[in-house]
Amino acid sequence: MKWLRENLFPDPVTGLVTFVLVAFLWKIVPPFVDWAFIDAVWRPDARACHDAGGACWGFIAEKHRFILFGTYPFEQHWRPAASTLLLISLWGFSLVRIFWRWWLALVWVAGLTVIGVLMWGGVLGLPYVENGRWGGLILTLLLATFGIAFAFPLSIVLALGRRSELPVIRALCVGYIELIRGVPLISVLFMASVMLPLFLPSGVTMDKLLRAQVALILFAAAYFAEVVRGGLQAIPKAQYEMADALGLTYWQKTSYVILPQALRVAVPPLVNTCIGFFKDTSLVLIIGLFDLLTTIKVSLTDPRWAGFGVEAYLFAAAVYFVFCFAMSLYSRRLEASR
Amino acid sequence: MRRLAYQAAAVAVALIVVGYLVHNASVNLAERRIASGFGFLEREAGFEISESPFLRYSASDTYLSALAVGVGNTLRVAFIGIVAATLLGAAVGLFRLSKNFLLRTLAAAYVEFIRNSPLLVQLFFWYAVITEALPMPREALQPLPGVFLTNRGLYFPAPGSVPVLESFNFAGGFVLTPEFTALLLGLTVYTAAFIAEIVRAGLLSVSRGQWDAAFAIGLTRGQALRRVVVPQALRVMVPPMASQYLNITKNSSLAVAIGYPDLVSIANTAMNQTGQAIEGVAIIMAVYLTISLSISALMNWYNARIALR
Repeated sequence: MKWLRENLFPDPVTGLVTFVLVAFLWKIVPPFVDWAFIDAVWRPDARACHDAGGACWGFIAEKHRFILFGTYPFEQHWRPAASTLLLISLWGFSLVRIFWRWWLALVWVAGLTVIGVLMWGGVLGLPYVENGRWGGLILTLLLATFGIAFAFPLSIVLALGRRSELPVIRALCVGYIELIRGVPLISVLFMASVMLPLFLPSGVTMDKLLRAQVALILFAAAYFAEVVRGGLQAIPKAQYEMADALGLTYWQKTSYVILPQALRVAVPPLVNTCIGFFKDTSLVLIIGLFDLLTTIKVSLTDPRWAGFGVEAYLFAAAVYFVFCFAMSLYSRRLEASR
Repeated sequence: MRRLAYQAAAVAVALIVVGYLVHNASVNLAERRIASGFGFLEREAGFEISESPFLRYSASDTYLSALAVGVGNTLRVAFIGIVAATLLGAAVGLFRLSKNFLLRTLAAAYVEFIRNSPLLVQLFFWYAVITEALPMPREALQPLPGVFLTNRGLYFPAPGSVPVLESFNFAGGFVLTPEFTALLLGLTVYTAAFIAEIVRAGLLSVSRGQWDAAFAIGLTRGQALRRVVVPQALRVMVPPMASQYLNITKNSSLAVAIGYPDLVSIANTAMNQTGQAIEGVAIIMAVYLTISLSISALMNWYNARIALR
């Protein structure tokens, strides 16, 4: 009771706000619960869905294989499923600070090799599956993983370049970072999908997935670079001066003194940037790659199941939410433990 | 000497890479018989554009006018989105610091749910809500007299013109198309969640002593907020707000996914019709860079004006 009085009705105005909010919730929550649960259809039956007044979760039940695995050969679905689980476990493993050792890189190389073997096949009796047929959740996760893995080292180079004392190098890095940050991701993806083929020597081709991946890496690197730069700026000037006083060269100073401290500062904001990047991978839909959002959108084009977009996109939002919210909780914990 | 060598090497590498790409491109373009250059802008576009509130446009106009319509549509949705997201975001940010537990919790839930799912998903969601959940024009919802919500768009009365139901749809009045509404709603709701966090952090950055001092000279809570806290919080808030305004503008390019004719979707159509990919992407990038730099300049000027002197 005391809690109620202090937090909901401490004075007349606050009390009035509470009443208005309760009335508002009373108006929207019960109808939503009716729609989402009570009147909802859970089994994959299109006719029942069209007759019911509630949500049609049966749509997700019917299409879950296509949504999760895209156009990957149906009887081979265990391969992307195993890859998805392996990739998620690798991420989970890497979040634990006591595993931040040099051998973590080996664990990743081994894990990604297994995923490559599983997804492509062609060895160990697994039929070969070209990457044009990869799709669904694993594609989203792979685009994000490789995007982060390559963009991060590139961003360190860019951030160091931006703080370099050499004017030409600084200008090149500033130009690149500001150019990329000034244009939308779609234009970079368009560049990769329609312009990149023109820039390659004739006869050389790059498949669509690789081109999109390159665009995502180039885009993310500019944003990561700004976060790393923030970390570099947080290092007190005395650290640079002491390293100079010890007679360290630029590279010794950077790799033994500055970067280890700067990156530690930059980790929580980097995780936040990763969340943004993970969400941004959904834009590959626009250039026709079969990521999670594309498979959901394509499922809706089945005429028997037309008209369940609201359910489908709520489901998409829920899947993305699970990953993003986990990362944001992690980032908050890191920040609190500093 | 070493410094010069490093820089010369960097320039040389950059020039070689760019030169190689340009060489490849010119060889490829010659092979495919694509004439490079911006001459295509003078040609007839030949496609209709579903909405053009500022300029008169028809399919017989040039690509240049089609792109101008696109720029107008981008600026329209970005400008209204910036105003709406600022208002909603400021409100939610204040609610997050409210004494009222319920209000505080609802605001926090809003921020978490919106920030942790992709904008593109949210745009598709709003578009689906408008086109699937709203009724046909014949059974339009009428929340206020003269306002009609249908799956073909939202109709409002305008001075001298009231929406009237004709055989299949409404005519007259002021119309928001489903595409524009979904895009504006998506951009506003999404960006407001980020702005709310900036507002909250800005208000929290002002020390508790400032509040106490304001109360001590007899200001009410509202007065203290307006006259003492907000002016100080603004200094912390302006730079991150500027980047959110840039984000709204850049994110408005997702219009292409739901069919609102912004610059990117029109340039995309033009690229598909003419094959002028390099020019099309260059135009998109140049326009967005111009808008980004203008917003940055404006916000820097504002930031300098409110900074401590």
